[in-house]
Amino acid sequence: MPSATLLGQSVVSGLLAGGLYGLLALGLSLSWGLLRLVNLTHFALALLGAYLTYQLGHVLHVPPWLAAAAIVPAFFALGVALHAVFAYFRVAEFASLLVTFGLAVILESMIQWFWTADYRRYETAYATASIRVGPLFVPTLELLACLTAAVLAFATWAWLRWSYVGKALRASAEDPAMAAAFGVNHRAQAFLLSGVSAAYAGIAGVYIALIATLAPSQIWAWLGVVFAVVIIGGLANPIGALLAGFLIGVSESLTMAVVTPAWAPLVSFSILIVILVVRPGRV
Amino acid sequence: MSGDRRRVAVSLAVVALGLGALAAVGLPAFYESFLYLIFSWIALATSWAILSGYAGYFSFGHGAFFGAGMYTTATLTSGFGVPFLWTLPAAGAVAAALAAGIGAVVFRVKRLRGELFGLLTLAITFVLATIVLNTRIDGGPGVYLSAVPMPRLLASPTGTLYLLGLVLAAATVSAAYAIAHSRLGRGLYAIHDDEDVAEVEGVPTLRYKLVAFTISAGIAGVAGGIHAMYVSYVTVGETFAITVPLYVVLMSVLGGARHWLGPAVGAVIIASSLYAFTGGQHAVLGRAVVALALILVILFLPEGVVPTVLRHWRSRARQPETAVAVRDLAAAVFAPSSVPAEPLVCYDVWKAFGGIQALRGVSLSVAPGEIVGLVGPNGSGKTTLINVISGHDEADRGRVALGSTSLTGRPAHEIAGRGVSRTYQIPRPFGHFTARENVALAATFGAARCSPGEARHEAQGWLEFTGLGSRATALPHELNLHERKFLELARALAARPRVILLDEVLSGLNPAEITSAIGLIRQIHARGVAILFVEHLIRAVLELSHRVVVLNEGEVIASGVPNEVMRDDRVVEVYLGKAHVVA
Repeated sequence: MPSATLLGQSVVSGLLAGGLYGLLALGLSLSWGLLRLVNLTHFALALLGAYLTYQLGHVLHVPPWLAAAAIVPAFFALGVALHAVFAYFRVAEFASLLVTFGLAVILESMIQWFWTADYRRYETAYATASIRVGPLFVPTLELLACLTAAVLAFATWAWLRWSYVGKALRASAEDPAMAAAFGVNHRAQAFLLSGVSAAYAGIAGVYIALIATLAPSQIWAWLGVVFAVVIIGGLANPIGALLAGFLIGVSESLTMAVVTPAWAPLVSFSILIVILVVRPGRV
Repeated sequence: MSGDRRRVAVSLAVVALGLGALAAVGLPAFYESFLYLIFSWIALATSWAILSGYAGYFSFGHGAFFGAGMYTTATLTSGFGVPFLWTLPAAGAVAAALAAGIGAVVFRVKRLRGELFGLLTLAITFVLATIVLNTRIDGGPGVYLSAVPMPRLLASPTGTLYLLGLVLAAATVSAAYAIAHSRLGRGLYAIHDDEDVAEVEGVPTLRYKLVAFTISAGIAGVAGGIHAMYVSYVTVGETFAITVPLYVVLMSVLGGARHWLGPAVGAVIIASSLYAFTGGQHAVLGRAVVALALILVILFLPEGVVPTVLRHWRSRARQPETAVAVRDLAAAVFAPSSVPAEPLVCYDVWKAFGGIQALRGVSLSVAPGEIVGLVGPNGSGKTTLINVISGHDEADRGRVALGSTSLTGRPAHEIAGRGVSRTYQIPRPFGHFTARENVALAATFGAARCSPGEARHEAQGWLEFTGLGSRATALPHELNLHERKFLELARALAARPRVILLDEVLSGLNPAEITSAIGLIRQIHARGVAILFVEHLIRAVLELSHRVVVLNEGEVIASGVPNEVMRDDRVVEVYLGKAHVVA
């Protein structure tokens, strides 16, 4: 049995990793739950955001916060444009999975074409900075990512719960025809939501660039875990996605500490399978 | 029909034998490997479509079954020295058993939707990969098969693989064809369109899904077994990669997943275009091109290449629809007459949905040959009662029986098989089936138990009976409400039920249509069928029923001869309010 410090450290790193899962899951959960689009492009956009941050910072020496200020609005526009295609072709739930898969592969190929398949690491001065809490180390950047995820999750939750647009979106997800009859302009709000969700992918991308080593195939590495997070958290439930991210992150890192790293995927997917079988109504 | 079948069988055999002869003559090894890969993809994509294309449950777990097969062969040959060919049945069996086990759990999940099934099967792939990687099956470094002797079916090892791939691909395509034209296939297509209705029409949906899943996985397992020998070095990373499930989906969707030949055509297109782009930067470009093709196909040819081409070709050729012999149903006998006519009895049936108590101890009976009208205000539980009798919903308490056989707790398809059929208030035809195919499905799976061949004639007969004879080849969305209501009726009749449950067949019809519908119900009754009909139209109730049962808030408040019941104070109160009750 590992020591208390090791366990504590692995809980901390699990929470931090979970925050990033939650951040990635947020946009996916919104578009799946409220627009009924299963958007695999989300992962590719996040990685594209990461590569752009890398390119801006490593090659052009633009600081990450400035890169974020450029990437987030650009991704919002990209999300809106993407939704224009879905809306024009009336892409349904299942077809969206296939179409966005195709888009993700195209983006992956473009990334590989431009940046090659080699690993890329964005070295920054603060990459290794960390805060010491008692015997535990908390890496600053990951903490920041985790806090961003929490802030965005709560802000999104409040937005959906209290704003007119949020209520309208939820009403349209429940019954589009009825919501339209009551004057809800679903099209306009769907564009807004897609933009927001893509912007979230951009934010996640900036953090991924700062925290992780980049490779084009990472698009697929996130896929399974983040889907598990989305489903466990409940569709269109921002806080649920965050908490599920923590749950999966901690259970993975505890498995790594107690058993061996290689068994970690088994835990998250077993949680997912059990939840799907016992509570299928969540999706 | 049978001529068609013979043509397909002959052309398949010619193609397979031709390709086989090619190998015997001896092809350059390069072509043999290339063609082997195409055969392998044909087998994988076609087997995937047997469940996922026909029944619409898209699985992203085909890689798990393929991988199970690969590791079965790898383990048996390198670890236990079993000859390669002998491991292939084992590879298929392991994958099939895995699918049967997963299916037995997953298909029992209520309201299992398509995307959910897709994600579950994907998750299972990751779990299986983790287990294989961390146990002695692989252990991390991978398994080498280079020392395993290759059987000498043909002179060269690549020739042997070519031949094995060819045999598997041909067998898989034949199986897909046979299934598409069998009872199983009809049932799977119906599940695709509307699973609840399929079950109520008599399709054993759980069993069919399981059988299709098992066959599909078994074939993928064999393909994996052969592929283990082809790569000769098996690793978890390669085996359980996202490539297999995704390419299989792409190929099938591109070619047309609902058509038996679609996945094979898609496999040829994608596998050859991938091959054209192998190596270096070209591979990247190739992937992007395939992905772009996928997007364009989904957006512009959502049905896939094969069905689109066939439709285009048929509408060009404009072959006159071969007339289907109409079975004379004037003397049609309903229900197995050997079985003594028995009453349908509901005794103390309770049913709640969450906090709403829809039925509170309803008891009623319908004697053989009787017409019972079930009336009551909206929300009084009439449709719920029909759903409980037909097995669509299970009662919380109480008993439903047909004579001495209890229907309680039986799956809906068994109830249909025992001669209870129903119509839906809002017609629910199978969207991809023509009117005749809709009716034929009921004839195949209901109490009538026709063979698929007979069912066509039987169905045509019932379409004529309900006045839809000329609309036999129309798709449901081309029919108007009146025609769809009558299609519901034809479908219920084609099962040759002993008891028929009619849920507001008259609602939404105009007066002339109502008169013809009432005439039709009389004729149905004249054939000895007992009828329980829910209706708001009091004129029809009074004209047709021998007996009327009135439901209010889930309870029977009156029952008896129509004219008396309609004068009952409580009935008048429920319908019109207290003020109208004659003191």
